[in-house]
Amino acid sequence: MVPLPAYLVLGALLFSLGMIGVLVRRNALIVFMSIELMLNSVNLTFVALSRHLASMDGQLAVFFTIVVAGVEVVVGLAIIVEIFRSRATVNLDDVDLLRG
Amino acid sequence: MPPASDLALLVPELWLAALGLVLLGVDLFVGEQNKRTVGWVAVGGLLLALVPTWGLAGAVHRPGTTVFFGSYAVDGFAVFFKFLAIIATTLVILASMDYFRASGDRQGSTQRFEGEFYTLLVFTGLGLVLMAASADLILVALSIEFVSLTSYVLAAYLKGNPKSNEAGLKYFLFGAAASAVMFYGFSLLYGLTGSTSLYVIAEKVATVPAPALTVSLALMLAGFGFKISMVPFHQWTPDVYEGAPTPVAAFLSVGSKAAGFAVLLRVVAVAIAPSGLDYVTLIAGLSAVSMFVGNLLALPQRNIKRMLAYSSISHAGFILIGVAAFGGAFGNTGLLIYLFAYMFFTLGAFFIAALIEARLGSDDIPDYAGLSQRAPGLAFLMALFMLSLTGIPPTAGFFAKFYIFAAAIERSPALLWLVAVGVVNSVISLYYYVNVIRTMYLLPPQDPARIQEPAVLRTALWVTGAATLLLGLYPQPLITFARAAALLLP
Repeated sequence: MVPLPAYLVLGALLFSLGMIGVLVRRNALIVFMSIELMLNSVNLTFVALSRHLASMDGQLAVFFTIVVAGVEVVVGLAIIVEIFRSRATVNLDDVDLLRG
Repeated sequence: MPPASDLALLVPELWLAALGLVLLGVDLFVGEQNKRTVGWVAVGGLLLALVPTWGLAGAVHRPGTTVFFGSYAVDGFAVFFKFLAIIATTLVILASMDYFRASGDRQGSTQRFEGEFYTLLVFTGLGLVLMAASADLILVALSIEFVSLTSYVLAAYLKGNPKSNEAGLKYFLFGAAASAVMFYGFSLLYGLTGSTSLYVIAEKVATVPAPALTVSLALMLAGFGFKISMVPFHQWTPDVYEGAPTPVAAFLSVGSKAAGFAVLLRVVAVAIAPSGLDYVTLIAGLSAVSMFVGNLLALPQRNIKRMLAYSSISHAGFILIGVAAFGGAFGNTGLLIYLFAYMFFTLGAFFIAALIEARLGSDDIPDYAGLSQRAPGLAFLMALFMLSLTGIPPTAGFFAKFYIFAAAIERSPALLWLVAVGVVNSVISLYYYVNVIRTMYLLPPQDPARIQEPAVLRTALWVTGAATLLLGLYPQPLITFARAAALLLP
């Protein structure tokens, strides 16, 4: 059996990868994917801890996180499509009307 | 507690949810020219929602009263924020109706989706109510996401407008990342204590090792800090406020911020405080940094919406003093009073910015020159709101700042430096607030034509103006109300 710390370390690793992606990549879609990766690392942590603690709350939380991630896809992609229509780009460095 | 009486305690939430669904239906049957009807139905429904909320305020004051197996609080604290959310939503809808009509007249177009705007605002209002009452990590996460998702749509609401699109995109990416970090903090807190209920966590949190708890709290603060636009999670604020439709900016700076503070305070005070972790120093530091960053960056702004955005960041710093002072006799009361008073004068300032933007097509402070001749009533109200934002008597702003400083002084001598920082920052903020008044009263107008004040927006403005003065002159009812709502623990 795989011990609990292995899952937690994997979760932390995925979370860090996602965070780095959010901070470093300039393509809105890739940034968005990185955010999804962070949410999935949250799910992994919740499930591993739930199993370890033998409590159902963590697994329940995972279902809600999945739903939230799904809804974020709907709203987020709609906004990104709208940006693409007006600028023909999804590069965040080119989206710079608002500054000062 | 049996389910039937659970539902009786949820009447305001159920009413708001039903109102949102009804509005969706009404929107289908209303012609494109009469979308204001949807707004009026929303305003009527929201005002009616105050009735059951008032009933709850009389019935429930006991802290720790929950429904749905301890996951949803119906204490006085939650009821206070129900009032705040409903009033803020009503005023914003009133202002939006004239904002859309006036911008439509100027650009010669109508907004096809205006009905959806009011529906989304009502649902966001429901989300704010849920946020303030959540007592379970899962429910906290869900309600914060609920408010965030509707707010992303509202910020990007002007579909053809590139600035609005950009505001939506920035708000979305920043918000989604902040939520993900917060969720990770929740998962760690769950792992450390074995429960998602704040009240159960409170019982077990004392045995948790302090470093792990600190990491979890820091991660959670990312999500809460994003909602209340606290430094260092504030970068989205000026861009989103500038790009989003002005009533939406008003709503974000008042509604989301208030509900964010409610969640922050409930999590910190109920679940984290029993651990003995020194969170006060952390919160006090963030508060001081927020005040300085917000105020210093507000100084050079020419755009009124960006200026108000930075002012909103600095006010988040002021309100954080109340969080740091939680536990004293005034801490919680001060925070509630501040948020309630802040709602009126901030909404008022944004509404005038919305009106000027819709009439003149400009957000620049220099275009406010000579407003005292072009629209004396507006100029007077704007001056009142600016003085209140600074905290000059006899306005509500002075009274709110007075109370929150008193809270910090009373809580602990270690917070005296924070009060000093707050006073210094009030003086700094005087410069850019009074600059608006100077522009309106002392500079000559570029175009002497009078500016029309639409009737509905005028109503919203006079309500906010009257409340700003009244709360400053006769604050006793608000103090009594906030005292009853301030207790979070049995």
